[in-house]
Amino acid sequence: MHVPDGFLDATTSTGTAAVAAAGVALALRGSRHELDERTAPMAGLTAVFVFAVQMMNFPVAFGTSGHLMGGALAAVLVGPWTAVLCLTVVLMVQALVFADGGLTALGTNVTLLGLVAIGVGYGVFRGLRAVLPATRTGLLASAGVGAFLSVPVAALVFVGLFGLGGVADVALGPVTAAMVGVHLLIGLGEAVITVAVLGAVLTVRPDLVRGGRHLLRARELAPRPDLAGATAVDAR
Amino acid sequence: MTRTRTFVLIGTVLALLIAGVGSWYASSAPDGLEATAEEQGFGSTARDSAAADSPLADYTASWIGDDRLSGGLAGVIGVLLVLALTSVLVLLVRRRPAADDAAPRADAPRR
Repeated sequence: MHVPDGFLDATTSTGTAAVAAAGVALALRGSRHELDERTAPMAGLTAVFVFAVQMMNFPVAFGTSGHLMGGALAAVLVGPWTAVLCLTVVLMVQALVFADGGLTALGTNVTLLGLVAIGVGYGVFRGLRAVLPATRTGLLASAGVGAFLSVPVAALVFVGLFGLGGVADVALGPVTAAMVGVHLLIGLGEAVITVAVLGAVLTVRPDLVRGGRHLLRARELAPRPDLAGATAVDAR
Repeated sequence: MTRTRTFVLIGTVLALLIAGVGSWYASSAPDGLEATAEEQGFGSTARDSAAADSPLADYTASWIGDDRLSGGLAGVIGVLLVLALTSVLVLLVRRRPAADDAAPRADAPRR
């Protein structure tokens, strides 16, 4: 969903650039506390993984494709502030080097794919994580729903911006329906990829999933099964 | 720590494979926004980015004739650029002393 130059007028683009700059400034402060010994080496990997998988457009209905946005995935892996930095680097490289997403639209894209997608994806993830069981399945479900919702909400925010400062004079209703409709489908892909990648990392190195550290803490506090077994044998 | 380094290395190789080889198999259909813009009649308001003349515009290494090689190389260059920039950024953020832990960390200048 990389917005090209020209869709939004200069005033709106300046506004989103200011929002993006403020968000990145906050992220530079916030990420300092996230970038500990485990998260710091993961930041680069998260960014390159999002960049690479964003190249993999998958087909959705009606001759249309979509790709991972990656905000929710990145936020669960390295924390929301570091995720904003990762997505900003990805979007900058895409806009400046690959002409993917406009230059005057860079602020818009950082706002939508960075701030909005991460805000929604991580917000929903945290909300669900608090109420679902503290298990691997609970964690993956929380992340999957967060990832799914982040895509149509980002599409909806684009429509809002388009309503404020869209250059073309077209009816907003059909644009909203089309954008949300197709991005609900793309959101399903977002959820599938997010859950698959997080599941894989949780299997190999659960301690490297920042959003899943509560699972490890719970496990550390649980009685060790071997001790419980030994006691049972002794009792017999 | 070595295990983490191995994990990150394997992950990066995977990203290089996805961007360098896998991307060839990606769908080339217009994405959700492009398709909506065309269908709703505002696709024509898109303007070429000032970066459209970049030698790597549209994930194509313009100096290479073979399409497959050209796209793969663009993806690999992109991964390496993103990795370099993110690593530098992380280094800068971590190096900047926080107000609440001004004491130098023993483990800081490892790389």
